[in-house]
Amino acid sequence: MRPATLGSRTRRHVLRWTALAYLLAILVGPLAMVFWRTFENGYDAAWSALTTPETVQAFKLTLLITAIAVPLNTVFGVVCALAIVRRDFPGKGLLNAFVDLPLALSPVVVGLSLFLLYGREGWFGGWLEEHDIQVLFALPAMVLATVFVSLPFVCREVVPTLREIGDEQEQAARTLGASGWQTLRRITLPAIRWAIVYGVVLTTARCLGEYGAVAVVSGRIQGQTETATLRVEERYDSFDVQGAYAISLVLALLAVLVLIAMTVFQRKEETA
Amino acid sequence: MSIVIRNVSKRFGDFVALDDVSLEVEGGSLTALLGPSGSGKSTLLRIIAGLEWPDQGEVELSGEDATALTPQKRNVGFVFQHYAAFKHMNVRENIAFGLKVRKRPRAEIHERVDRLLQLVQLEAFGHRYPAQLSGGQRQRMALARALAPEPQVLLLDEPFGALDARVRAELREWLRRLHDEVHVTTIFVTHDQAEAMDVASQIAVMNHARIEQVGSPTELYDEPATEFVMSFVGEANRLGSAWVRPHELDVAHQPTEDAVEALIERITPYGFDARIELALGGGEAVTVQMTRERLELLELERGQIVWVRPDRERVFDERGRAPAAATA
Repeated sequence: MRPATLGSRTRRHVLRWTALAYLLAILVGPLAMVFWRTFENGYDAAWSALTTPETVQAFKLTLLITAIAVPLNTVFGVVCALAIVRRDFPGKGLLNAFVDLPLALSPVVVGLSLFLLYGREGWFGGWLEEHDIQVLFALPAMVLATVFVSLPFVCREVVPTLREIGDEQEQAARTLGASGWQTLRRITLPAIRWAIVYGVVLTTARCLGEYGAVAVVSGRIQGQTETATLRVEERYDSFDVQGAYAISLVLALLAVLVLIAMTVFQRKEETA
Repeated sequence: MSIVIRNVSKRFGDFVALDDVSLEVEGGSLTALLGPSGSGKSTLLRIIAGLEWPDQGEVELSGEDATALTPQKRNVGFVFQHYAAFKHMNVRENIAFGLKVRKRPRAEIHERVDRLLQLVQLEAFGHRYPAQLSGGQRQRMALARALAPEPQVLLLDEPFGALDARVRAELREWLRRLHDEVHVTTIFVTHDQAEAMDVASQIAVMNHARIEQVGSPTELYDEPATEFVMSFVGEANRLGSAWVRPHELDVAHQPTEDAVEALIERITPYGFDARIELALGGGEAVTVQMTRERLELLELERGQIVWVRPDRERVFDERGRAPAAATA
């Protein structure tokens, strides 16, 4: 065996173990701690911490917000990606840049900007109050905040796939007599389906875990406008460490499920 | 179904793709658009299909103005260089696509797909996906797909360009036979003059966004209207200001009137013909073509000094055009 090969093998080992140790320290360690602390006082204690009415309501609210935000952002993301890749219009560069804005902006800023728009002193505040519509400290503001922060994912996944497949298949469909709608439904959407699914998974993960923007606009009314992530903090502040860990664990398990889904769909996208 | 193109121009930004181009294609014919890359041939084909809009001019399909029609309404079949196969559909579904979007009855679709699979010799591959086919098979599938809705016109954009030489020759031959059977008006784009000569009954030679000449392969070879056609279609030698085809040069051991001295650099006999590469006094390379019988009769060998004389030469004016009398 030549020394060069030996050297490169050692280097590879060092690299691999460093990466693993880093992951262990940063990710797996804390998660294992959460797991351990949750079941520290037994399974029953964990279960009863999870099934208090307020906690159940918090999970329901998180799922409801996710169920509204994900479809909205999926439709928007696909339309947006089609516009960016397939169309030419003034302001296209601007749209392309603005889609990424939520990635760059701190969620707290997003929450505050919603305050400026919908608060009592905000642009729409007066009108909303006259018509007796509650946006802040209620579901609408929480959905708006979540939609904003999870906006880019579907679009960002679909854009490169659309670029890669090109528009020849779509042109072929048009010459074969397909209308614009038929081309979209039968050619374009099937070709980008795994990118959409992957984007949906990422969006879902972002919606489930959203904290900052929602924390600002929700008002954190227990049993009403408290999502699962907000509930974790509330339990922790109330010295119910057991409860905080139990909710965290469920959120972590959801994240693992999302991760598995991502791996599966990413592979499909590559082979599609 | 005839195609008429009248004074069509098209620009892409500063680039002029087509400059006042007119062309008539007879119904049922097999026409090649031949030219180097960037000459505008693909753009012209895409304008006929409705995939590109002309800035000026008109397109007529079967005597009716089609300039404003979308590709969906033109009833043309289009075959792309890189197949444009629907990757998520199998071969049968690909071919059936044009019939499905027209909402034809199932039984009819099934029967027609069967017939087309047979026509393109893919009967055994109906349930395969494009990724599982070779390039030649994919292109035959694309052809069947284009033919399925019974188009008035079949348009092929460098259809064999992405295939290797052997498959290309096979498909060429096959396209010609297909045209004899189906009789649909066909236009195909190619940059390969041998391919155009081999397949088409009519060739339109394009250069710099214009059509230089339209004619049968023999007409283009024997009576090129421009210097460009002379040099692009078939082989051609330049002797001073005149052009000569390789088989129109006479070789002798003795000097004669109008003959120029040359050195034999290489002799390649293949098949019925032999090619002799010569170097003239000024270093210009000239190729002569003659039968092998004549080669043996003249006892030509590498390194000999010989005298070449054109039987027939062509002179073009400063605009590259053939004056009426120069081809005599």
